[in-house]
Amino acid sequence: MSKRDAPEHDETRGLTRRGLFRSIGAATLVAGCTTDDPSVHPEQAPTPDVDGAIGLTPTPLEFVLDGQPQKLEVEARTTLLDLLRLDLDRTGTKVVCDRGACGACMVLVDEVPRNSCMLLALDVAGASITTVAGLGKSSQLSALQLAFVEHDAMQCGFCTSGMLISSSALLRRSAGQPLERAQVEDAIAGNLCRCGTYPHVVDAVLSVANGPGAARRGSELLRAKKGGA
Amino acid sequence: MQPFALIRTKRIERAREIVREKPETRVLRAGGIDLLDRMKEGIDEPELLVELREVLWAGAKLADGQPLIPPDTNPLPPAPRYAEVGALTTLAELAAAELPGLDALHQAAGQAATPGIRNTATVGGNLLQRPRCWYFRHRDLVCLKKGGDTCLAITGDNRYHAILGGGPSFIVHPSSLATPLLALDAVVSVFVGDAKGSVQQLVPLAELFVSPETDPTREHSLGPGDLLTQVWIPVLDDMRSAYQAVREKQSHDWPLVEAAARLRLDQAGSMRDVRVALGHVAPIPWNASEAAALLEGQAPSVDLFARAADAALADAAPLDGNAYKIPMAKGLLREVLHRASGLALPE
Repeated sequence: MSKRDAPEHDETRGLTRRGLFRSIGAATLVAGCTTDDPSVHPEQAPTPDVDGAIGLTPTPLEFVLDGQPQKLEVEARTTLLDLLRLDLDRTGTKVVCDRGACGACMVLVDEVPRNSCMLLALDVAGASITTVAGLGKSSQLSALQLAFVEHDAMQCGFCTSGMLISSSALLRRSAGQPLERAQVEDAIAGNLCRCGTYPHVVDAVLSVANGPGAARRGSELLRAKKGGA
Repeated sequence: MQPFALIRTKRIERAREIVREKPETRVLRAGGIDLLDRMKEGIDEPELLVELREVLWAGAKLADGQPLIPPDTNPLPPAPRYAEVGALTTLAELAAAELPGLDALHQAAGQAATPGIRNTATVGGNLLQRPRCWYFRHRDLVCLKKGGDTCLAITGDNRYHAILGGGPSFIVHPSSLATPLLALDAVVSVFVGDAKGSVQQLVPLAELFVSPETDPTREHSLGPGDLLTQVWIPVLDDMRSAYQAVREKQSHDWPLVEAAARLRLDQAGSMRDVRVALGHVAPIPWNASEAAALLEGQAPSVDLFARAADAALADAAPLDGNAYKIPMAKGLLREVLHRASGLALPE
């Protein structure tokens, strides 16, 4: 999926909220910039003082992002979150606390939900990363995403991509087994929602896990998992 | 974050050697949760992170035997079996491991931080993390731990600080695994000193931690390039253990107080090999040995547990804002003793 497929880059929708903010923001930012930060633009590329060290300058990195192989170069200090949002423009993964305390930046790293703000981009070399954009497609939401819509499981939406990642990981782990409320609450215990949508999020996840068609979806997930997807 | 480099190696000696060559700017990295947090806050700015991901062992299981240590220098408490936990084991893996009698450890590992953090944070990093005191973590404040003259908690907001063993620093030790591991009488494997030719040593967990009276700028005795590789836990026959923490929030919150207990019940129903630990009450994981001494050899009873809890907190010296921790710790300790011994709670 190219980044043009993401809703915020959908040109058929005309003016988007993000596009508007970006155009205003860029002009303001340029006007406000007077000096270059030497740490960002070093005159001379620094070199590490030990053989085999990497990442002081952009270093090759390969991984799979939402099913697509990525080949790029990053510095060691770039977090996975910054790589996704700033370098790759995959803004579905949100940045809130940037300290691993809120869960807005959760992604699946080889199927394990982790906070992308507390990982370095170079940590995921060779790994398969799934962001919220990889759970469904812009024209075809996953069953879990549809359930979030049906159950009104979001207000401001900032926690939603993290909630979806944590709960989709739970559904993949449980692979069609019925779930209790407490299991869902445990799975999303690292996702902070300031609007307080937790009960609706739990309802949405339970409707997918225990609702009609749950067993079939579970077996599909299990097959996909066994197939290495 | 300031620019820095990474280096990956597979050899313990090489990793240690790299750090020891330039200890002021190089640091070992396991899960990196605490390290990245300090780097983002600007209170630590290493130039080189030495990755431990391919150096250390991850896993938690019953050991096949004992570590290869000459018997006269082996500090491992005698036990029929030992559990071993690799320093690179994540908290999530530890919580999911099925080890007999180690309920306290599983419970602590499964409650710490958040599910996402538990999938990254490691056992070694949890034990050796820096304190979470808000004065220490503030980049613009120079507290006692960062070379200042005084602990800012003394006159500041000290609601989360120490009630036992405080002075001159009043941090509480941040490790939630240390509390049950201390109750379980754990021993850690460490490489210390010169990287070349150094042998692995076993150190009782209690001796790993440094009281602020000895040195307020550090929390453990390991120096740059020293490496904690493994945790050993004696598994006694019919051993039982329990852990509990009180937090202001149900999730992603640091404990206000933690308690852990280990014991076994003999044929007559008396408690044997009792150990009791408290967490987040002192600058080091707190061994409540007075409580354990009262309990040893006695039959579990409501009254005895209440007296043990009083004994554990007898020396408590609260600051302005944290006296609430005393009744909280007493209540929590009683609850943990009831759970570990199987005696029904009175309430």
